[in-house]
Amino acid sequence: MAEQVHAQGIAGSQIESHHELGFLRRYIFSVDHKTIAKQYLSLSLFMAIVGGFTAYLIRWQLAWPETSVAGWGYVEPDGYNAIVTMHGTIMVFFVAMPMLLGAFGNFLIPLMVGAGDMAFPRLNAFSFWTLFTASMVLLASFFVPGGPAAAGWTSYAPLSDNPLYTGVNWGINLWIIAVALEFASFLMGGVNFLTTALNMRARGMTLWRMPLMVWMEIIAAVVFLLSVGPLVAGAVMLLLDRTIGTGFFAPDRGGDPLLWQHLFWFFGHPEVYVVALPGFGVMMEVMPVFSRKPIFGYRTIVTSVIAAGLLSFIVWAHHMFVSGMDPRLATPFSITTILISVPFAIMVFAMIATLWRGSISLKTPMLFALGGLASFMLGGVTGIFLGSAAVDIYLHGTYFVVAHFHYTLFPTVFFGGFAGLYYWYPKMFGRMMNETLGQIHFVLTFVCFNAVFIPLFLTGLAGNPRRIYETTAYEFLKPVQPLHVIATIATIVLLLGQFPFIANFVVSMFRGARAPQNPWQANTLEWQTDSPPPHGNFRTIPVVFRGPYDYTVPAAAQDWAPQSQSDREIGLAAAGG
Amino acid sequence: MRWLPQNVSTFGGDIDWVFRLILYIVGVWFILAEGTLLYFVLRYRRKSGRSALFNDGETWRELAWVFIPALIVLVLDLGIDAAGGSVWDKIKGGPPPATVEVQVKAKQFNWEFTYAGPDGKFGTADDITSENELHVPINQVVRLTLTSADVIHSFFAPNLRLKQDIVPGRTIPAWFEATATGSYPIACTELCGFGHYSMAGTLVVQSPQDYARWLKEHSTQSTASADTDRARRAN
Repeated sequence: MAEQVHAQGIAGSQIESHHELGFLRRYIFSVDHKTIAKQYLSLSLFMAIVGGFTAYLIRWQLAWPETSVAGWGYVEPDGYNAIVTMHGTIMVFFVAMPMLLGAFGNFLIPLMVGAGDMAFPRLNAFSFWTLFTASMVLLASFFVPGGPAAAGWTSYAPLSDNPLYTGVNWGINLWIIAVALEFASFLMGGVNFLTTALNMRARGMTLWRMPLMVWMEIIAAVVFLLSVGPLVAGAVMLLLDRTIGTGFFAPDRGGDPLLWQHLFWFFGHPEVYVVALPGFGVMMEVMPVFSRKPIFGYRTIVTSVIAAGLLSFIVWAHHMFVSGMDPRLATPFSITTILISVPFAIMVFAMIATLWRGSISLKTPMLFALGGLASFMLGGVTGIFLGSAAVDIYLHGTYFVVAHFHYTLFPTVFFGGFAGLYYWYPKMFGRMMNETLGQIHFVLTFVCFNAVFIPLFLTGLAGNPRRIYETTAYEFLKPVQPLHVIATIATIVLLLGQFPFIANFVVSMFRGARAPQNPWQANTLEWQTDSPPPHGNFRTIPVVFRGPYDYTVPAAAQDWAPQSQSDREIGLAAAGG
Repeated sequence: MRWLPQNVSTFGGDIDWVFRLILYIVGVWFILAEGTLLYFVLRYRRKSGRSALFNDGETWRELAWVFIPALIVLVLDLGIDAAGGSVWDKIKGGPPPATVEVQVKAKQFNWEFTYAGPDGKFGTADDITSENELHVPINQVVRLTLTSADVIHSFFAPNLRLKQDIVPGRTIPAWFEATATGSYPIACTELCGFGHYSMAGTLVVQSPQDYARWLKEHSTQSTASADTDRARRAN
């Protein structure tokens, strides 16, 4: 404890000596976690625009093949593969992770545990600039001869292993470098998250008093740290195969294509949880505040998430049931996969139980949290079909898979992300966002998202393969073509529906009403300091007296009880500490 | 489920059965969960004069509301595993004795189906090769031997409910028994390059007589085309 106070003293004095900073040190090479969080946020929103545009190109081509895409031109088959590859890569690695881990993790972990900054502020800045470099490398790959990577975001060898097979040379090399740099960035970020949450907590902030958002971020960080190593090795091997002709994944040189798939999915499945868990974290912060109730089963949720995190390491081969691996492996992996529905069911039931006998207010953050939960459930239950190896024989590689993973990732990344942005915007920027525009944005997003992906479940059931440039190439898919048209129109409206958000986000920064310290009357520590928080976050580092979800405590003077207030301060007779 | 295409294989019905089993189980859960969520949101909207109940779910009695449903989920999961496991073993566990053998070579971007020809041996001059058309007799076990010339492809015949990736460097077996004559699609379901979308084939299920006739007609043509093929390769 003495060491902790000492460390904070040092951090405090550093902050004071940093008052007179130039523009570059203050906004560009800042080491303040709040500024770095905004840098991550800006990068992820920019990349989301690129990723959204690729979705538009994909959908247009699928609905109206052999027509010129409005605002772009004709999409060729190899260009289509490149666009599909970049869509997946950008959305998972350069939108979801920078937003949910980079922006929310950075902004919230120190504030929520009552610390002045991250444990390693310079490492934090370095991890952002590593990610920035990775993004530039990825975007640069659009302009090299041969175009960007076109072997799918999963980059299966030997398609990705030999430039002859795709006609893409530098595009895939740059893709590998970009992804490897991205991994390095989040490895550094993960170390920072973990160290901060474990060592920098304010007095009284025991592990069982940490907000669920912090739990989700650090469990995600641990899952990432433990799973990414094999894929970094795989990426180096792939790059060596491509550049100096080693044969790790090339069968004609003694290598094995399935090795890549094992390395990729050993990381790839846990990665789903790395991005999904912080999204759930947002929903779990928002729901108690807008129901004025404690989260239901806090410890049960944490335990379930840890269990899900552990299980996520032994399910990867469900992506490979029909890959040609030994068929005897399918049933064990099918069992672990389907079992993972238990911890997730517990989380979902706990969130629903939180609403029971609450006092629910449907403000924009709550709408996105509820919409995210409602949508995620369809993603969850459709996973059971794919987890069953027998049914996966039919559904693998079809649009059913595409619809399924969009139903797991879109609700957590975008509904969770928007819930978080609307909820923490006042704290980040010191201004309130417009509620009406927020609700319009929610309705458009919720309706259109479902209108995009429900039709795609049906095309998948009809046997529509994914990553197909023209579904009309197959006679048997002609009857489902109208579903593709519906999905495309819904995609266009979904993308246009983001403009109310963009306008709200930008205009509120200058014109929004000044945000009070605690506009939502919430308990967690970030709301017990200025909006936006000063350098060093707190005027005095708070002392924590209670868990994060004490809403509507019987006999208390008000229906919220900030973590930094004692029983006496919230109007209860002090019965101890 | 009218969304699934017509099934024409002996094991396709088993897959459809597991599919339906899962559909009914998760369908009920999905409707219950969404219904409860919607009901709570509408029923417990904020009203003046009513405050929320302080209830944090930290006692076992309260947690029963979560754990008992989760326990039911667990039991149903194991049931789904058991139902699917035997179907998987039947289809992928090891092929039954086959009466027809076909070698399937996938390459960027077409399918090459090879039959042993009159001498019943592969790799001899009378082998019969068919591009993109897989002819098989009805009601006979067909064994496929899948190889790839370049990248990973995936053999998918929706009406057979059969899918199997084809990995270069490996020889992967698959089997099926078709139950209805007709022409059915074959698609590639693993991204294999710019022509991936056009890698379409046709499965032609025929009566034994028609199949025998096709083999006979094709064997004379095929020998000729194999010769020109060889000549082309030599150049």
